[in-house]
Amino acid sequence: MASQQQAPPIKGAKVLMVGAGGIGCELLKTLALSGFQDIHIIDMDTIEVSNLNRQFLFRQSHVGQSKAKVARDAVLRFRPDISITPYHANVKDPDFNVDFFKQFNVVLNGLDNLDARRHVNRLCLAADVPLVESGTTGFLGQVTVHVKGKTECYECQPKPAPKTYPVCTITSTPSKFVHCIVWAKDLLFAKLFGDKNQGNDLNVRSSDAASSSEHANDVFEPNKDEDIEQYGRRIYDHVFGYNIEIALSNEETWRNRNRPRPIYIRDVLPGESVQQNGNAERMPLPDDPLSVSAMASLCLKNPQDIWSLTENSRIFLEALKLFFSRRKKLAVEFVTAAANIRAASFVIPLHSLFEAKGIAGNIVHAVATTNAIISGLIVIEAIKVLQNDANSYRMTYCLEHPSRKMLLMPVEPFEPNKSCYVCSETPLSLEINTHRSKLRDIVEKIVKAKLGMCLPLVMHGSALLYEVGDDLDDDMVANYAANLDKVLSELPSPVTGGTILTVEDLQQELSCNINIKHREEFDEEKEPEGMLLSGWTQAPAVENKSTNVANGASTSSSCQAVPLETEEDDELVILPAGSSPAGMKRKISDVSTTAISDLSTAADEKRSKKRVDELDDDDEAVVMLEDVNADIGKGLQ
Amino acid sequence: MNLGMDGGEELTEQETALYDRQIRVWGVDAQRRLSKSHILVSGLKGTVVEFCKNIVLAGVGSLTLNDDREVTEEVLAANFLIPADENAFDGRSIAELCCDSLKDFNPMVRVSVQKGLLFLFAIQFHVFEPIVTDLFCLDLILDDRDANCANIETLPDFIKILTGDLSSFGADFFDKFNVVVISSCSLATKRLVDESCRKLSKRVAFYTVDCRDSCGEIFVDLQNYTYSKKKLDETVECQLKYPSFEEAIAIPWRSLPKRVSKLYFAMRVVERFEEVERRKPGETSISDLSNVLKLRKELCLAHSLNESQIPDALLERLIAVTREFPPVCAVVGGILGQEVIKALSGKGDPLKNFFFYDAVDGKGVIEDISNS
Repeated sequence: MASQQQAPPIKGAKVLMVGAGGIGCELLKTLALSGFQDIHIIDMDTIEVSNLNRQFLFRQSHVGQSKAKVARDAVLRFRPDISITPYHANVKDPDFNVDFFKQFNVVLNGLDNLDARRHVNRLCLAADVPLVESGTTGFLGQVTVHVKGKTECYECQPKPAPKTYPVCTITSTPSKFVHCIVWAKDLLFAKLFGDKNQGNDLNVRSSDAASSSEHANDVFEPNKDEDIEQYGRRIYDHVFGYNIEIALSNEETWRNRNRPRPIYIRDVLPGESVQQNGNAERMPLPDDPLSVSAMASLCLKNPQDIWSLTENSRIFLEALKLFFSRRKKLAVEFVTAAANIRAASFVIPLHSLFEAKGIAGNIVHAVATTNAIISGLIVIEAIKVLQNDANSYRMTYCLEHPSRKMLLMPVEPFEPNKSCYVCSETPLSLEINTHRSKLRDIVEKIVKAKLGMCLPLVMHGSALLYEVGDDLDDDMVANYAANLDKVLSELPSPVTGGTILTVEDLQQELSCNINIKHREEFDEEKEPEGMLLSGWTQAPAVENKSTNVANGASTSSSCQAVPLETEEDDELVILPAGSSPAGMKRKISDVSTTAISDLSTAADEKRSKKRVDELDDDDEAVVMLEDVNADIGKGLQ
Repeated sequence: MNLGMDGGEELTEQETALYDRQIRVWGVDAQRRLSKSHILVSGLKGTVVEFCKNIVLAGVGSLTLNDDREVTEEVLAANFLIPADENAFDGRSIAELCCDSLKDFNPMVRVSVQKGLLFLFAIQFHVFEPIVTDLFCLDLILDDRDANCANIETLPDFIKILTGDLSSFGADFFDKFNVVVISSCSLATKRLVDESCRKLSKRVAFYTVDCRDSCGEIFVDLQNYTYSKKKLDETVECQLKYPSFEEAIAIPWRSLPKRVSKLYFAMRVVERFEEVERRKPGETSISDLSNVLKLRKELCLAHSLNESQIPDALLERLIAVTREFPPVCAVVGGILGQEVIKALSGKGDPLKNFFFYDAVDGKGVIEDISNS
C-alpha cells in the first residue's frame, strides 16, 4: 500500500513554523508524523512552568531553555531522520527577510500576538509564500489560509483592538476592578520600576495640577536617609492616601459617585513595620531567584484566596522591597496588592491573585486538546497548499458548542479585500492638525503602532523625512532626529492638508500612501491621539486583552511598555467577544454561541453567514464540494 | 453527578502552577475532579495515543494502558510516544513503551499497563449468557485476539473463563475506572465492553474511537448523565439518556433524521463486513470492494435506505486505506480528549452520541443516534 506519509509534495516540502508554543508543539509533532522532512522553526521564547500543561515536548527540567531548540530535540527522538532547524530568535529580526521567507513552500503560524502575525503576513505577501494562520483560546480555535491573490491576507479584515480606558477613569474615578489593575500595572508599577522619566498620569488630576505634580516628582525618588521599608510606606501613603485626598478635594467629581476613602499605612498596619510584624511568620527566602515571592515570605499560599486589606498592604510593602532584585512573581503580587488597596478605597470588590493575574496579563486560556485539533487542521490545509489545490482551501472554526451539528466548521476562504492597505495599493487617509502635531506623532502612533511597521521610512514626494537603518551616516541620523520633533507644516518639505505621504518598511517590503487632511480640533476623550486614521478599520475594542491606558499625552508609548509580562504565552487570543474583566469568570459559553460571527469579525458577519449557509444547506453544493475534493483524499493516501 | 466523584481537597501549589492556564478554562472544581478520575484505554492506535497525551497533560488521576501488541513499522508511523531507538523495544509491548513516555509528560498522573485481552475482562460478566454461548459470537471474539494482543498464551485464561473459573480476574475489573476508551475492536467486543460497563452499579463512561483514511468516528455512552450548564447567569441541571452501542446501531436507518452523516452508514457497513468476513479490525483492502458493495446493498434494502446515501467513493476510502492519517488522529484525539474532560468534570454539554470527522469536506459533525 502506498504510504500516505510519503506523498511527494510533503516529502519534498520545506516549511517554516513560526512559534513553538502551545500550537507549535502540537504542530511540530503532527508535521513530523505526517512525513514532513524539512522543518524550520522560529521562537524567541524560553520555557516556563505554566507551559507544561500543554506544550508536551517540554519538561520541568527544560524550564528556561529555548522552546525552538528543545522542541526540535524532543521530536527527533521519535523521528531521528528528518531535518528540523531551530532559531531561538524573534521573527521580526532583520535576518528573517523576504529572501529568507522565499526559500519555503509554506509558512505555518502558531503565534501569540497580533504584531508578529501582521509582520509574518507582510513577509509572506512580499515573498509570495502561502501562509496558514491559526489561533486558539480555551475550547475555541481557527485555522485560515492566506495565498496572495487567491484568498484574503491576514490583514484584510479589521482586527480587534486592545481595550483602552478613558484616562480619567483610571486616574480618578475607577468603578471596576479592571480599572484598578490598569492603574496598578500601567501607572504605579511603571512609575516605580519602569522608566521614571516617562510621562505618567499616576497622580490624580486636580484643579491644582501644578502643585500635585511637584509633589509627585519628589515622592518617587527614594530619599537618601530612608531605607526601602520607609520608602515603601511613604509611597503607600502618597498613592493611597494623599492622592485620594487630592481627588476628594474636587467636589464636582463626586456629586454622583461614591466618595473614595483615603487609606494610610498607619491605619492598616498600626505601629508596626512589616519587618517587625513579619518576623514571626517569615519564611526564609529560597535560593532559586525565580521563586522569590512576597506571598511565600508572608506565608500566604493559595492564589485563589482573596487577601484582606491588611494582607494586601503587607504584600505591597514586601513585594516592593523584594522587587529590587527584579523577581518574576513579585510583579504580579505587587500589582494585585496595589489594585486591591485602590479597590478598597473606591469600594470595589477585592480579587484574588489568580483572578488579578488573568485581568492584568494577556493570560491565555489554553488547553492541550484545542491546540492538538488546530495542529491537525493546519497540516491538512498545508497539504492542500502544497498540492496547489486552491478550490478546497478552507477556514475552519473549532467551536465549543455545536452550530448546525458541527463542532468543526469549514468555511470557504474570502477573496482579497480590495481596499486592504497591506495586500492592495489603496491609500489611507489621516486627519491631523498639521500645525500642532509633530512628525514623531505620525511615526510612533500611526506608522509603528497602527500600521505595524518595524523599520519605517517616511517620504514626501522624493524628499526623505525619516528613515532608520544601520548604514545611515551621522548627519542623516541627526537630520531625521530633528525632523521628528518638528511640527508637520514646518518640515523641510512641509506636510499640509492635501499632502500625500509614502511610508515604507524595507524589511516587510510594504509601502503605502497616506493622504493628509488638516483638521483643527479633536475630542480629547474620543480621539485622544489627536488624529484619525481612516481606510484602516479597526474592529470594536476588546476588554481584557491588553489593558493599556489610552494616554492622551504625547508620551503614550510609556504605557505600552508593560512590565508585567511575566507569563508570555504562545496562543493568540483570537476571540474578543464577551470577555469580561474577571479572567476566571469569563464565560466561554457566551462567546461561542455566536462564535462564527465573532471569529470572522463583526464587519463580515453577513458574508460569513452566507457562506456557511451555502455550504450547509445546499445538499448539491456539498456533493459538488466532495467531487472537487475527491483528489485530496487520494493525495492524502 | 460527575461519574461518582466529588471535589473536596484543595489542589497543591504545584498543581495550581502547572494547571494555571486550563483552570482558567474549566475552573478549580473541574480540575479537582479530573485529578481523581481513572481511565482505561485499549488499543493504542494513533488516535488513542493523541487522546492519552491530552488527558495526561490535563491531569487525570490515573491512566491504564492495554495493548499487548509488539511494535511494528505501522505502529510507529502514527505513534510519537515510542522513541525510534530499536534497541529500546526489547520485546516490550506497545502499552509498556507508551507508558514510559506518558509518565514523563506529567509526573502527577499514575500511568500503568494492564496486560491481557480486553474482551476477557468483559466476558466474565456474560459467561452464562446467550451472548457467549452463541458459538458464532465466541468465534468472533477469538478472532479479535490478534487485534490488540499478539500473545496467544493468554488463551488458557480464556478457556478457564469458559469453564467458569473467574478467579484469575477480579470480577470488578471495569469498576476501577470512570472512563473506558477502546479502539480498533470488533463489533462484538464493542458491544461486550459497553454492556460490561453498563452492568456496574457505578456509572462508567464508555467511548469507542476509530480512524480510517482521513475519516474518524467517536461513539459515546454516558448512560444516564446529569450535568450542570450555565444559562445566562443561572446554572441549570441537564439530563441526557444515552443508548448503548448495541441499542444505537440497532435503530432502523429509515427512522434516523434525513441528513445523518454518510459516514455513519459507511462505518456500519465496514464494521459489519469485518464481522461477517471474520476480519480483524482494519484488515480490509480495495479488493474487498465488490463484497462491501454487495453488503451495502443488502443493508440498504433491509433498512429501506437509498444506496446513494453511502457513496462508493467513501466506502472505497474506508476499506482501501486503513492506515491512520496523523493530522486526523490529532483532530479526533483532541475532540475525544475534550469530551472525556467534559464528562469527568460535569461541565458543559457532552457530545451525544456519535462524532464524525472527514478531512475531505473538513466537517466535524455530531449525530444523535438514539430513540429519544
